[in-house]
Amino acid sequence: MKKRSPLFFFLLPSVVSVSIFFALPVILTGVLSFTGMDYSFKWNFVGIQNYIDMIGDFMISTVVKNTFVYVFFTLLLFNLGTALLLALFTTTVSDRAGGFFRTIWMLPRLTPSVVYGLMWIWAFDPTDYGLVNIARKLLFGLPPQNWLQSDPMLIIVVANGFVGASFGMILFTSAIKSIPRDYLYAARVDGGSWFFTVRKVILPMIKWQILFVTAYQTLSLLTSFEYIYIITDGGPAFATEVWALYTYHSAFQDFRFGYGAALSMVLVGIGIVSALFYLKFFRFKEMIKEPRIEVDS
Amino acid sequence: MNEYKLTFWQMKKEKITKAIIITILIVITLPIILTYTWLVLASFSTDMKYGIIPVKLTLHNWRFLWKSIEGYPPIWQVFFNTLILALSVMGLEVFATILGGYALSRFKFRMRETLLKIVLVIHAFPSISLLVAIYYILKITGLIDTLTGVILLKASLEIPWGIWIMKGFYDQIPWEVEFAGLVDGYSRVQVWRKVILPLVKPGIAVAGIFSFLSGWSEFVFINTFILSQNTWTLSTYVKAIIGDFRFVDYGLLTSISLFYIIPTIIFFIFANKYLLRVNITGTKG
Repeated sequence: MKKRSPLFFFLLPSVVSVSIFFALPVILTGVLSFTGMDYSFKWNFVGIQNYIDMIGDFMISTVVKNTFVYVFFTLLLFNLGTALLLALFTTTVSDRAGGFFRTIWMLPRLTPSVVYGLMWIWAFDPTDYGLVNIARKLLFGLPPQNWLQSDPMLIIVVANGFVGASFGMILFTSAIKSIPRDYLYAARVDGGSWFFTVRKVILPMIKWQILFVTAYQTLSLLTSFEYIYIITDGGPAFATEVWALYTYHSAFQDFRFGYGAALSMVLVGIGIVSALFYLKFFRFKEMIKEPRIEVDS
Repeated sequence: MNEYKLTFWQMKKEKITKAIIITILIVITLPIILTYTWLVLASFSTDMKYGIIPVKLTLHNWRFLWKSIEGYPPIWQVFFNTLILALSVMGLEVFATILGGYALSRFKFRMRETLLKIVLVIHAFPSISLLVAIYYILKITGLIDTLTGVILLKASLEIPWGIWIMKGFYDQIPWEVEFAGLVDGYSRVQVWRKVILPLVKPGIAVAGIFSFLSGWSEFVFINTFILSQNTWTLSTYVKAIIGDFRFVDYGLLTSISLFYIIPTIIFFIFANKYLLRVNITGTKG
């Protein structure tokens, strides 16, 4: 008789915990979105009423517009733009200097979100105590401006961007470092400028990484609201209320759990579609090579 | 490398390019450097010139360590809650992932590919969209408003990430090591425990440190699922303080924040060699 495989023992804790806190919530979110559940936690099924409400919700157009602006600009300027710039620059200078700058850029990602939020609240402080207003005063002699009132979306994009840039930076850096040195030297010897090398040699060779970062970061930005919640909480007057934050407010501020679940389903849907997309396009087979030799089990 | 010859002018041109690049790097990195400098300086001074140059040094801002702020729970209670959260998340996650990572690295079974796909998918999946359903689950299991609930939740959602990291470390160990153990008469589990596990200590350190820091920094789950002040952790504490004192008492805000991020700073200074290598797969922002 075959001995029972120890595989069970190895997998049990992970499978159980992931089922309870991941698989179950995914299904439950779907079911809840068809109820009008509120703070009394009663299951009153209302069919697709929540989805009908969503179409008629006057907030939705604002929220969609904000989400688009937030995701588009953060992605373009920071998660891709700054990330690429940092990767290209830090691999051009010496390894030590490059490593130093990359490490500094990891700091925001590592810092607890509330503390990170506080630093940007200070930076955009409305008086001439904040970093941006000081810089404006010293450089241009301009009076202090209340940024949180006048340009809340700018603050949100910048604050998220300084965290988001490091993701692409690391991926791009390792991709650039794996380009055969000969290619780069060849471009140098031919007298190609830095821009020439970047445009003709480096960028074509890291296009997969650029595509991956774009796909992956679009999804994370769509579903992130932590820093927005801390810095502006969607304000002033819903100017920074994005989809994920609106979901959160609907559920945990207005206690419309059913409606919140329906709003979440949109994100869950996007998440599932993106997941399928990753699996199809990003050479998954290579990552999960079969174990070379197998003994028992 | 020396087989390539650059002319004098080419080298000169490259030097100028590098100087320009360093300058741009400094300029775009300046906001990070300045905000962190401010955080440290503001916590030790009463007034700041140009917002960032300390005028008079003081320890007054740190009074919260021995005298609790009115309307807030004592700092040390909050500190211990945070510590319990971080250590428990770390313990659970390391326990589950040293097992799970080994299974996915070394066992061949029918569901293997499916499981690996699931791990990768969950990893990229926006867990934040599940908050409503998770609230309901915690509510009916009586885990709402308890640290236990948040610990189990946080650890569970991080397990896929940890499995991926641990699998990477297991993958690097040659199969011959395992065979030697099996030939010596150990069972599969014994080989894992006595031979393989000691070899992946660096992996355990990485998974441990990152899960500790992630538990230590957790904000959204605490903010959503913890209602009473007695169960606050430092993140909700700092958030509440920011709400009450923003633009008013930066000295207090910065000193509490600095106190909060001490573990982060220690890690940053002593272990940053792991940072660039492992954290690629973080899902934040």
